[in-house]
Amino acid sequence: MTTAPLILFDKVWKTYGQGEAEVRALAGIDIAIAQGEFVAIMGPSGSGKSTAMNIIGCLDTPTSGRYAFMGTDAGRLDRNRRAVLRNLYIGFVFQGYNLLPRTTAVENVELPLIYRGAAAHERRALAMQALAEVGLEGREHHTPAELSGGQQQRVAIARAIVTRPTLLVADEPTGNLDTARSHEIMELLTRLNEEAGLTIVMVTHEADIAAYAGRTIAFRDGHVASDTRKLEAA
Amino acid sequence: MIWETVRLALRSVRRNALRSFLTLLGIVIGVAAVIAMLTIGSGTTEKVKADISQLGSNLLIVRAGRPAAPGSGPQQTIRQLGDKEVAALTAHLEGVRAVSPASQKQVRVVFGTESLTSSITGTDNAYLDARDWKVASGRPFSESEVRGGVNVCLIGETLRQQFFGAGDPDGAAIRVGRVSCKVIGRLEPKGYSGFGQDQDNVVLMPLQAFQRRIAGNRDIDNIYVAADDVTPTSVVQTRIEDIMRDVRRVTADREDDFSVRDMTQIADAMASATATMTGMLGAVAGVSLLVGGIGIMNIMLVSVTERTREIGIRLAIGAHEKHILIQFLVEATVLSLLGGLIGIAIGLTLAGVASLALSIPFAPSLAVVLLAVGFSALIGMVFGFFPALRGARLDPIEALRHE
Repeated sequence: MTTAPLILFDKVWKTYGQGEAEVRALAGIDIAIAQGEFVAIMGPSGSGKSTAMNIIGCLDTPTSGRYAFMGTDAGRLDRNRRAVLRNLYIGFVFQGYNLLPRTTAVENVELPLIYRGAAAHERRALAMQALAEVGLEGREHHTPAELSGGQQQRVAIARAIVTRPTLLVADEPTGNLDTARSHEIMELLTRLNEEAGLTIVMVTHEADIAAYAGRTIAFRDGHVASDTRKLEAA
Repeated sequence: MIWETVRLALRSVRRNALRSFLTLLGIVIGVAAVIAMLTIGSGTTEKVKADISQLGSNLLIVRAGRPAAPGSGPQQTIRQLGDKEVAALTAHLEGVRAVSPASQKQVRVVFGTESLTSSITGTDNAYLDARDWKVASGRPFSESEVRGGVNVCLIGETLRQQFFGAGDPDGAAIRVGRVSCKVIGRLEPKGYSGFGQDQDNVVLMPLQAFQRRIAGNRDIDNIYVAADDVTPTSVVQTRIEDIMRDVRRVTADREDDFSVRDMTQIADAMASATATMTGMLGAVAGVSLLVGGIGIMNIMLVSVTERTREIGIRLAIGAHEKHILIQFLVEATVLSLLGGLIGIAIGLTLAGVASLALSIPFAPSLAVVLLAVGFSALIGMVFGFFPALRGARLDPIEALRHE
């Protein structure tokens, strides 16, 4: 098992602003995440974890250092190239679900396929299948307003996996849910990780949510404070 | 993909129905105004042209008195036209179809118990030719009637209906002023002229009979000249002027004491004046289109701001800048195109109603309609571009954070 890591941070720096007002979000970070891992990223606000997430998700680029995604120097790609990368290999799940309002569940799930140029009937079939996988049969034609928070997050997960991505980036996916719903969502994510081999990188505040992940990386002041793996797996 | 985008745009327009409608209103009013103006304008132009050409095609009219100049007072003495001018023009003028003298007077015409004040014209058969007028029943004047000044007459449709209903007037004797006149034929109807004059309320009789028994003098009011189809009326006009100066001994250092009016030229001049007016009104209406475009730009900026989060989601899951750009551009274009189509419908309706009210022909032009469609689409694209670009350039991270 000497394959290249899926995600590789090589002395990644990220600073915002200039001169006196310069803010250092990431200060020379090195991380490697292999395909199939389930990683939780923790840390207080301002620790740089969100910045790291944005870079991992190819939404942002490092100020200096190298970020390689699937061996590609994603940090040096332009906006549109990164958009292609996101569309083909990355799925996103957000804290606030971020579904399009007044748009049915199935149409929301179809969205990434539209930008891939898939035919309408093919899109519909794939979207229905993804919704079934997250346990939302029969809710395909409901709009977000007609769904509970947990169901909305399931739609968002279906939208993230409909393209069969390599990586799922989840930004506090249970932040808006109660405990029972949170654990349901985490079980779903765990299943996707274990059964489909989907690599998941998840930001969370809560230790019991992070416990679902096989590895936890803690950020503090732009540095990696700790990087621990679960022992029970062994 | 593009169909997808159009559907998306239509949905978004429908979703904010009231707002979309108010935004459209600018374009609707602009397009409706332009369409109505141009359609009514071209109807008016047609009407003017038709009215003047009804006098007769390629027609020139010679009158006594110098051409009226703006600001000149009434002329002191007018040397009337007479037989020698008619004779000279008939003998020497080339490139013409007909030369005909005509004098007019309003006189009361009586038949039985009915009476009507009509325009009596003393002339000859060439008049019918010059004015493209046909005898509907009966016959035109005979050679001897014209030469001898016999009291015979051709009557217009209005008189026929007033005096004879649907019956045949031939052979009846009507009283024109104080003389009795035998009806030998009936003229085909010409309708009203552009100046609201009933052209069928006429009696034609031989010039000599008119001069002797109606007018009481030997003056000739007008000489009608119809150019043939191959000679331009301007050439004929010059020839007439040469012959007239010669006959009336107008030396080169004096002003003409007659005028030649080229009805074709007058028609063209009036038509082009109307067209200019139409163009100006259309341009004024066009300004409201511009205002409508600014309205679209405004509402698209609002729309982009409102949907910042949506743009963020789309960008995050793989939309390119151009996808977002096209989405909002199509939305703006759909909006303005919709306004354009409604505007065309309203504009044409207005023009149709106005045509009825003004009794001018309804002359919708496909070119104008297509132009309006194209122009309103263009407005959407131009004024939608800046807001769309703003949306497309958004940073997905910032956009996703937007509340």
